[in-house]
Amino acid sequence: MNELSNPQEITDKKKRYAAGVLKYAQMGYWDGDYEPKDTDVLALFRITPQEGVDPIEAAAAVAGESSTATWTVVWTDRLTACDSYRAKAYKVEPVPGTPGQYFCYVAYDLILFEEGSIANLTASIIGNVFSFKPLKAARLEDMRFPVAYVKTYKGPPTGLIVERERLDKFGKPLLGATTKPKLGLSGKNYGRVVYEGLKGGLDFMKDDENINSQPFMHWRDRFLYCMEAVNHATAVTGEVKGHYLNITAGTMEEMYRRAEFAKQLGSVIVMVDLIIGWTAIQSISEWCRQNDMILHMHRAGHGTYTRQKSHGISFRVIAKWLRLAGVDHLHCGTAVGKLEGDPLTVQGYYNVCRETRNEVDLPRGIFFEQDWGDIKKVMPVASGGIHAGQMHQLIDLFGDDVVLQFGGGTIGHPMGIQAGATANRVALEAMVLARNEGRDIRNEGPEILREAAKWCKPLEAALETWGNITFNYTPTDTSDFVPTATPAM
Amino acid sequence: MRITQGCFSFLPDLSDAQITAQVEYCLENGWAIGVEYTDDPHPRNTYWDMWGNPMFDLRDAKGVMMELDACRAAHPDAYIRLNAFDDTRGVESVKMSFIVNRPSEEPTIHMQRTDFEGRTQKYAWDVRR
Repeated sequence: MNELSNPQEITDKKKRYAAGVLKYAQMGYWDGDYEPKDTDVLALFRITPQEGVDPIEAAAAVAGESSTATWTVVWTDRLTACDSYRAKAYKVEPVPGTPGQYFCYVAYDLILFEEGSIANLTASIIGNVFSFKPLKAARLEDMRFPVAYVKTYKGPPTGLIVERERLDKFGKPLLGATTKPKLGLSGKNYGRVVYEGLKGGLDFMKDDENINSQPFMHWRDRFLYCMEAVNHATAVTGEVKGHYLNITAGTMEEMYRRAEFAKQLGSVIVMVDLIIGWTAIQSISEWCRQNDMILHMHRAGHGTYTRQKSHGISFRVIAKWLRLAGVDHLHCGTAVGKLEGDPLTVQGYYNVCRETRNEVDLPRGIFFEQDWGDIKKVMPVASGGIHAGQMHQLIDLFGDDVVLQFGGGTIGHPMGIQAGATANRVALEAMVLARNEGRDIRNEGPEILREAAKWCKPLEAALETWGNITFNYTPTDTSDFVPTATPAM
Repeated sequence: MRITQGCFSFLPDLSDAQITAQVEYCLENGWAIGVEYTDDPHPRNTYWDMWGNPMFDLRDAKGVMMELDACRAAHPDAYIRLNAFDDTRGVESVKMSFIVNRPSEEPTIHMQRTDFEGRTQKYAWDVRR
C-alpha cells in the first residue's frame, strides 16, 4: 500500500488566486480534517488513479470536477463564497484486497443542489468526473442524502404499503410473469397469455421492456386486449389483478397519451423503462400521483454502467435516485436467477428500497446511514430465470415485500400457462405457511415443495422440469468487505 | 367458484390447528388480529363487517380462536377472514390476511361489459348466487 500524502490547501489568498495551475488539493478540494455536516450530501467513489497520480490529489480532483473546479485558477471565484461551493474530499482509503483502487469520500454543501431534481443532482455528481484523464476508472459506490434534501422529493407515487391496500393482497410476495415471447405476438394472442397467467393464480402480468408499439402490435391493441384479460381474470378468481402496461415512448406527449388510455381502461398500474431518463421519470411519477396509478420501473440498460466494479455507478445509487424520483416497483435482481447479482449485494438494494432508515452495512454494500424521512417504500421486483423450485431461497433472501416474476417459469410449463401460474402460487403459499409455522425453509424448502407437489400436479410437473436448474456463475459486483466472494446459490 | 383472495386460498382449507399456528406467528410479531365476515366477496368490497375491534391487547391465540368460533356460529355460511394489523411507523396497515371460513356453496362473479368509445369496454362485476 502506498503511503497517502497529506497536502494542504493554500490559505494565502494572493498565492491561491495567482493566475496559473495548482493542484486540486492546494485549491481546497481536499480536507482530511473535515467533519461532514448532517446537511451535506455525501458520495463515495471508487477511483483508480493513473500510474504516478497521488490518490489524495485524485480524490481532490474528483471533488473539484464534481463541484466548482476547472483546470486552472480563476479570479472570479473571489466574487463568491467559494468555500461553500467547493466539494471536500475528506477521506481516502485503499480498497481492501484490490491494489491500485481507493475509496474516496466527498462532501457537498446543500447549496449545490436544486430541490427535487435528479437531473441537477446527477449533472453535478456524475457530470464530468467519469471522463477525467488522471483517473483510469471511477465508480460511484454510494450516496447519503440529508433529510432536508430528501424532503424536496415526493418519492413513490403509491408506495408498497398503499399498493397492497389497493390490491387487497397482504402477507406474502406478489407473483408476476412477463409475457413471452417478448416480440411478435398480436394483441389478441398476447392477451391470451395474460389471461391464462392471471387466471392460473398470478397477481400481475407484465409487458417486457422493449414492447412499445411495433408493427406486429399497436399499443392501443395491446392495452385493449390486456385489460379484457385482466378484468375477465378478476371475475373468475374474485381477486384484483393487473398488467403492467408499458407506456415507454419517444416523447413525453406520447407517454402521457398512453398513460391516459391505460387509466381510461381501468388499469391499476403502468410501466416505464429506465432508459427514458430522469426528467421523464419524475414527470410520469407526478402523473401517476395525480391519477392513482402504480408506477412500475424496469431497469433496462442499467447493466451498461452498474455491473463492472471498477467503473460506472453501483445499482444501490440508482435505487436511491429512483426512490427519490418516485417509482413504486423496481427490478432489483434475484441473486439465484439468470442475471448478475451477489446475494448480499442484492439484499442491499432491497434494503434501499424498503427500509425507513438504512444503517451502515458494509457486507451488503451500504456505506452510509440514510434516513429516508418517511418517504414511501419501493416494492422490489425479482425477475429473470427464477422458478418454483427456488421458492424457499427467494423467500429466505427477500421476505414478503417483493414481486416474484416467473416468466419462462410460468409460460414454459409443460401443462400450460395456467398450470405454470398455479404451480408458482401453490409453491409460494405452501412456503409462506410453513415459514410462519416456524419451519426452517432454507433447509426444509425442497421437502416442503415435494409435500405440496403430492396434491398439486402442476407443481409436481414444474419441479420435474426445472427442479435442478441453477445458474452458478461467479458474480462480478460483490462486496469488498467479505473475505471471499459469496457464491451464487 | 373458489374465491382466491387472501394468503392461503390456493392451499386446501386450513385446519384449526393450522389457523392457530398462523395466529401465533402474527402475535409473535406484535400484530393485532381482527375477525371480519361478509356475504359479498366482490374484489372491491374493502370493508367486510367487523366481528368486534381488532384484539390489540390479546397475546394468546386461544382468544382469537374463541372469537373465530363465535363468528362461525353466528355466520356459518359467510366468508370469514383474519386480518393482522401492524402499528409500526411506516407500515400502519394490514400485514397478513387469510380466509378461514367459506360458504358451503360459493357464489360466482359475473362480469358485465358495456361498449364505450371506440373498441373500449367498461367492465363491472357483480356477485351472483
